[in-house]
Amino acid sequence: MKILVGYKRVVDYNVRIQVKPDGSGVVTDGVKLSANPFDDIALEEALRLREKGIASEVVVVTIGPANAQAHIRNGLAMGANRAIHVVTEDAIQPLTAARAMLKLVDKEQPGIVILGKQAIDDDCNQTGQMLAALWDRPQATFASKIEISANVARVTREVDAGLETIEVDLPAVITTDLRLNEPRFIKLPDIMKAKSKPLETIAFADLGVESGDHLKTTRHEAPAKRSKGVMVKDVGELVAALRAKGLV
Amino acid sequence: MSKILIIAEHLDGKLNSSTARCVSAAIAAKPDSIDVLVLAADAASIASDAARIEGVSKVLTLSRTENAHALAAILAPQIAAIAGNGYSHVFAPSTTFGKDLAPRVAALLGVAQVSDIMTVQAARTFQRPIYAGNAIITVEAPASGIVVATIRTASWPAAANGAASAPIEAANADVSLPTHTRFVELSQGKSDRPDLQGASKVISGGRALGSAESFEIIYKLADRIGAAVGASRAAVDAGYVPSDLQVGQTGKIIAPELYVAIGISGAIQHLTGIKDAGTIVAINKDAEAPIFEIADYGLVGDLFKIVPELEAALAT
Ligand SMILES: Cc1cc2nc3c(=O)[nH]c(=O)nc-3n(C[C@H](O)[C@H](O)[C@H](O)COP(=O)(O)OP(=O)(O)OC[C@H]3O[C@@H](n4cnc5c(N)ncnc54)[C@H](O)[C@@H]3O)c2cc1C
Ligand SMILES: Nc1ncnc2c1ncn2[C@@H]1O[C@H](COP(=O)(O)O)[C@@H](O)[C@H]1O
Repeated sequence: MKILVGYKRVVDYNVRIQVKPDGSGVVTDGVKLSANPFDDIALEEALRLREKGIASEVVVVTIGPANAQAHIRNGLAMGANRAIHVVTEDAIQPLTAARAMLKLVDKEQPGIVILGKQAIDDDCNQTGQMLAALWDRPQATFASKIEISANVARVTREVDAGLETIEVDLPAVITTDLRLNEPRFIKLPDIMKAKSKPLETIAFADLGVESGDHLKTTRHEAPAKRSKGVMVKDVGELVAALRAKGLV
Repeated sequence: MSKILIIAEHLDGKLNSSTARCVSAAIAAKPDSIDVLVLAADAASIASDAARIEGVSKVLTLSRTENAHALAAILAPQIAAIAGNGYSHVFAPSTTFGKDLAPRVAALLGVAQVSDIMTVQAARTFQRPIYAGNAIITVEAPASGIVVATIRTASWPAAANGAASAPIEAANADVSLPTHTRFVELSQGKSDRPDLQGASKVISGGRALGSAESFEIIYKLADRIGAAVGASRAAVDAGYVPSDLQVGQTGKIIAPELYVAIGISGAIQHLTGIKDAGTIVAINKDAEAPIFEIADYGLVGDLFKIVPELEAALAT
């Protein structure tokens, strides 16, 4: 069985995001870029399924600019067998990403597609669900445990009420939550080895994805700031302050 | 003309307050009507609760056994069919229920989806957070096509119950449902404490608690003032508390009147989950911890000394 993994490059989670003064976007020049943390978890899970003999091949997919090659090589160094780079300089919204992924699914016929539950740049949390709908296959979102037997995935999902378990027939789309696993670190020799792994580049325009239905972003602004409050010296002072406000 | 359809969230036969929060967001879009759709095995009593929310024009029900559990693959085609009956908007709460469901509905309708609406500027123009709330963007949905969106519940008060009840109608969605997705079980921590997402007071603990046993002092303090309990990702990852207590960018976004962060450093991913809280209290032994930058009241010291003191002080 083949597993397709979404592997998006995003601004690193440690970067302090600054909105440009003219409201046209956020500053991305010169900031550190990394794999979306949920996609590292997705790739790790796919590799473990391959190590268990359940999957035979792990393919990472990046839809992103031409200069994302080093990022894709990281996915290969972590252990993916090969990579597909759909090249576009435009920011791709989830519906378009899902439509593009569907083209790759048609071509590759994977048994499982594992994506992150959300990209930490747009925080959309949509692409996996949309791909599953367009593909007319099951979705198991926010996974914290995946067990595969025969043609069924039993997935534990982190939901607001607790942990939900569902069963889905394969092929299916699974999206990852934080507790699914802890991704391995990339080792130096593997970076060298990754250089010779297959990396296919496809121009976005050549995929024949229907366009349109985009949301138009008209303005970026910094969030309202909370002002710094006061420091209290002890518990007595804290309780007095909270009582004065009627909070306790 | 705009007609908004809200997908009701419910569990164990009870309507979730997230539904009434979606009604508030819908009212802000100034539509001609606001209908609530209840999909359940037996929607009757949930529908009569939804009908009481002020601002609701009509409640539609789809009662069938397949709807016993909220499985997106099963609910989405029914919702897409109902949405086709002249609705301009479909809203769901931005809870795990709505986040799972809404994109599937949007894709079936062939439209983009707006996630986490914070403000409604016009019927098709909204504000939403990106980058863990470090930037707020204004987005416009295309002029035609249904607007599918999730509502950031912490940004909206729950619409109150009105004097009258809206009419309830059985709807009809003639679609075949897949069998490829099956519910197995839901394991919930049984607790009499208030629900984290609706609670007016929340006490959260972080990595500093050190173990599940030590975390008990947070529960004790919370019980003293009738608060819900939350946690940082680090505390969840370390197994001190279950995952449904995680507050933050990728956990629950909450807006209680009082939030107390104990032994939590204040990483940006955590802060984004609490910045709409009324009053924030931070207790941390490190005076430089970033949590103090946004706290209304900060207290520097060892939590293992402070928390028992605080509990005792609140008992009197
Ligand atoms: C993709 C992604 C998503 C994330 N999502 C979330 C999320 O949704 N929610 C979330 O919370 N985090 C999230 N995080 C993690 C976040 O970046 C931080 O790592 C996490 O919030 C830290 O938790 P903490 O404050 O409990 O631990 P730490 O940062 O380790 O802080 C512990 C604090 O306790 C204090 N302390 C230690 N001992 C004592 C004592 N005896 N008395 C008093 N104070 C003491 C220390 O001074 C320190 O400030 C996410 C990270 C990533 C990469
Ligand atoms: N441009 C992209 N390239 C690769 N994967 C993507 C891309 N966009 C979205 N994804 C996948 O979809 C997930 C959810 O993204 P989103 O819906 O944008 O929050 C991500 O974690 C990725 O796995």
